[in-house]
Amino acid sequence: MMNRREALSRVALIMGGTVLGAEAFLAGCTTGATGLKFTKDDISFLNEIAETILPATNTPGAKEAKVGEFMTVIVTDCYEAKDQTAFMDGFKKLNEAATKASGKTFMQATAEQRHSLLVDLDKEAAAFQKTKKPDETKHYFTMLKELTLWGFFSSEVGATKALRYIAVPGKYEGTVPYKKGDKAWAT
Amino acid sequence: MAEQQYDAIVVGSGISGGWAAKELTQKGLKVLMLERGRNIEHIKDYVNADKEAWDHPHRGTRTQEMIKDYPVLKRDYPLNETNLDYWCSDKESPYVETKRFDWFRGYHVGGRSLMWGRQSYRWSDLDFEANAKDGHGVDWPVRYKEIEPWYDYVEKFAGISGNRDGLAVLPDGQFLPAMDLTCVEKDVAARLKDVYKGSRHLIIGRTANITVPHEGRPGCQFRNKCWLGCPFGGYFSTQSSTLPAAMATGNLTLRPWSIVTEIKYDKDKKRATGVTVLDAETNKTIEYKAKIIFVNASTLNSTWLLMNSATDVWEGGLGSSSDALGKNLMDHHLGVGAGGMVEGYEDKYTFGRRANGFYIPRFRNVGDDKRDYVRGFGYQGSGSRQNWRRDVAEFSIGGDYKDALTEPGSWTIGMGGFGEMLPDPTNKVTLDKTVKDKWGLNVLNIDCELKENEKKMRKDIFADAQEMLEKAGVKNVTAHDGDGTPGRGIHEMGTARMGRDSKTSVLNGNNQVWDAPNVFVTDGAFMASSSCVNPSLTYMAFTARAAEFAVNELKKGNL
Repeated sequence: MMNRREALSRVALIMGGTVLGAEAFLAGCTTGATGLKFTKDDISFLNEIAETILPATNTPGAKEAKVGEFMTVIVTDCYEAKDQTAFMDGFKKLNEAATKASGKTFMQATAEQRHSLLVDLDKEAAAFQKTKKPDETKHYFTMLKELTLWGFFSSEVGATKALRYIAVPGKYEGTVPYKKGDKAWAT
Repeated sequence: MAEQQYDAIVVGSGISGGWAAKELTQKGLKVLMLERGRNIEHIKDYVNADKEAWDHPHRGTRTQEMIKDYPVLKRDYPLNETNLDYWCSDKESPYVETKRFDWFRGYHVGGRSLMWGRQSYRWSDLDFEANAKDGHGVDWPVRYKEIEPWYDYVEKFAGISGNRDGLAVLPDGQFLPAMDLTCVEKDVAARLKDVYKGSRHLIIGRTANITVPHEGRPGCQFRNKCWLGCPFGGYFSTQSSTLPAAMATGNLTLRPWSIVTEIKYDKDKKRATGVTVLDAETNKTIEYKAKIIFVNASTLNSTWLLMNSATDVWEGGLGSSSDALGKNLMDHHLGVGAGGMVEGYEDKYTFGRRANGFYIPRFRNVGDDKRDYVRGFGYQGSGSRQNWRRDVAEFSIGGDYKDALTEPGSWTIGMGGFGEMLPDPTNKVTLDKTVKDKWGLNVLNIDCELKENEKKMRKDIFADAQEMLEKAGVKNVTAHDGDGTPGRGIHEMGTARMGRDSKTSVLNGNNQVWDAPNVFVTDGAFMASSSCVNPSLTYMAFTARAAEFAVNELKKGNL
């Protein structure tokens, strides 16, 4: 985010908890621990979670944008220690929830089972976010979803293939026609 | 062997120093411009200018390591991955906070003119007369009519885009074509005009971005990446504008890595004779002589330099014979505003990325309006369509959700106030007795806070923002009252103010130090009051005016 005028506009968008994780984007991250190790399986797991949230449609999905890898970089370099712990605990919790719902782990579950699981987890996380204290650690699924959205839409794949990206617009027009289906500007 | 004698020395190469160098060299003086930090060459050294989020290891955000390394910068938006190299290291250049003061600095050629917000507004006599009328601070020794031709002059060179709005509180300038307002901004502007019967105005911001080619610069390409440095010279900075003009004269020597530690003063002649420079890379000291010295090291650093000069004559330094050196520190206080959703306009969007917002000029304590505080505030903001950072009503996971997020959301509008701060002598800087910076130099102790007038004003900034948006039909309006810590406006000013009386000011009406007529201070330190508008344009105007005065005085043999 570029400057305080945009920071002001972004803050103004936070109404009744409707904008996901905006404060994370605004304030960035605070001190965290190092020494986290993500295995290839961990990254696959994160990619599948991300792909369930933002799957390929007629535009690419989170996996193609390598959102799993992105998540590990941010959690390692940017997250506070307590958030890192919550994030890693989330792996376990998510699989527990998957098993409870379908008898299978997330990776074993079908696409439909994964989808329906994450819809439920999203509801649980949203309810938790509404009632939690400001300095209480976020729900792990809120972290996963925030990282997925941010990781996808700020990636080159997401920005250039799912959204519209023009490097050098050359002009500014305050009002142009918009029709349903036109993609949003990426930056 | 480099020359040691110049006609003029300019200390600092930021937004006002660059102007001093341009004006003095163009008037035929051989000028040495000293910059404490590294050189950043126009275009060549804008290493991140074309990068997008995905080109950065952390998509432009901050890491825990950055937070550890920048204990002050981390307090606000400037700490980020995209232009980290443009911000001064807090660890190399510490300062002491008697009260918290968020001081964000740019120590390199161009200073904060590389990263500034570019909003450029003139003062009116409402501002110049304020101290005289309400008794805070000392009377400005000038009025608008003396500065008006200089605003004309600097705007014409710098290139300011804006609209001639015909408002007494915000005098019109010499403008390049204004940028567009968006449809919701126009909507709200029209409703505000109606509801408040023409007493409140929402106008397009006046910004130092050039909307047409200007002075050899191609122009703003609406990428909104200004603060990374612009390869198109799209906005005014030392690098894009004043430095090339100065260099073209053949009269400028620019020396980076040059910390000026002292202005040398001859107490018999009552004149400065030159400066002492500490080379920031080699730690060697070098003496330079000049007939005129312009001090443009940024408000607090210029004040620091004065405090460390002529201490054999005045213990408190050059300019301390008055009671004003180091005192009356002001900033614009931020952190209060409001925002909400605008219904409709689903068939409208924008093209390009506007590096500008709208502005609502001051309406409080204007005309018949009388509040329980003095002075006033303006708002800056924008109205745009939500992007993927939003909830979608029907979906939360999956293909439909993603597809919904690839389209723009509802229109929203938001704004934040910029409030005037009164000159108060208890808001001050002094030299700390113990803490040293990386070069072994003493550092500043900052003791500054918002006082009663600011606190009362902030209540109005909050309530007015909420009321105006609601009356303009904006839905779900929420106002916020956040961090107003001084320094966050990044408009610190006032600690070597000008005035009519040498006992209560450091400078006269020509920016001359009363005690050293060949020393001119034309960065924010000279400001006798703060207004509520962004100050850099005013620094430019006073700098050009003082440079002309200085050269004329030199020619007459008065310096």
